[in-house]
Amino acid sequence: MIARAKVLLLAACLALAAIPAAAEYGDVVLNRRSEAEGVRPVVFPHWFHRIRFRCKVCHFELGFKMRAGANVVTMKEISEGRFCGMCHNGQVAWAADRCDLCHSGKKGLRSGIQGGHETLGPGFW
Amino acid sequence: MPRRLATILLLALAAAAWAQPDLRRWLPLAKDGLHDPANPAIRELQEPREALARLAPDTAGNQVRWMQALDRGQIVPRSSIDPSTEVRLLEDDILLNLAGGTPIVRFPHRAHTLWLDCSNCHEKPFVSKAGANKLDMRKILQGEQCGICHGAVAFPLTECSRCHSVPRPSRAGAPPRPAVPPGAPRP
Repeated sequence: MIARAKVLLLAACLALAAIPAAAEYGDVVLNRRSEAEGVRPVVFPHWFHRIRFRCKVCHFELGFKMRAGANVVTMKEISEGRFCGMCHNGQVAWAADRCDLCHSGKKGLRSGIQGGHETLGPGFW
Repeated sequence: MPRRLATILLLALAAAAWAQPDLRRWLPLAKDGLHDPANPAIRELQEPREALARLAPDTAGNQVRWMQALDRGQIVPRSSIDPSTEVRLLEDDILLNLAGGTPIVRFPHRAHTLWLDCSNCHEKPFVSKAGANKLDMRKILQGEQCGICHGAVAFPLTECSRCHSVPRPSRAGAPPRPAVPPGAPRP
């Protein structure tokens, strides 16, 4: 009986572990202008960037405000070396001519932080 | 002979318990509900599993203990792009929520300044004076104050005891137990 309960518990744990969260925690969708301009929305992965750069690089040096939707960035600014263009210039990271690497989201996505937890935080904005 | 068998079995069980399997799972980008699977360039993007599986495990957020990953040198993120940018660090701890009902909050400046610059928090949303900020858990849960990051990119608000980490002195006047040091396993 106890052994059976243990097996059930283990199965439940495995099932819980296998339930996928949707987006990765901290992923940001940027679609204020993308689709209107005829390209896919941008998916910005915080996890990928924080392995390589501390928060302060983008949110202090590059001037990104710490609120999804508060930064209006144009391709012109990026190609002039501002915001994403500080690194996405073909030197530190791929250049702005690799559209599909950043503009990689599904059509119709809403701008904002995705993959947050069950609090009002990310959805509240 | 049965005794020998029992010993072997015990050793095998101990080994299995020691080698805890990593149950963390990350969705492939093409199935995460955000990326367009029809985009051929998606194959050039790094998969979360490839990057995150080797980092200190966690049960929440990205399933990575980012501070541990940094302290153990598993990641070496750059502090600045421009060499002339001043990288500022602060090492002190601030105790918060001294009059509340939940355990006292130990705010470590070290962990925060290793990632962030002073100006990211001061003087907005927090003034640089201990006790001068009216912190409100309801506001935090709505994405204000600490909730600007915690609940969005930093460890989520489900992890109460990581901030509320210092037990209150009992009414009998016993001194508070020391805070859980950063990186230590949770009780």
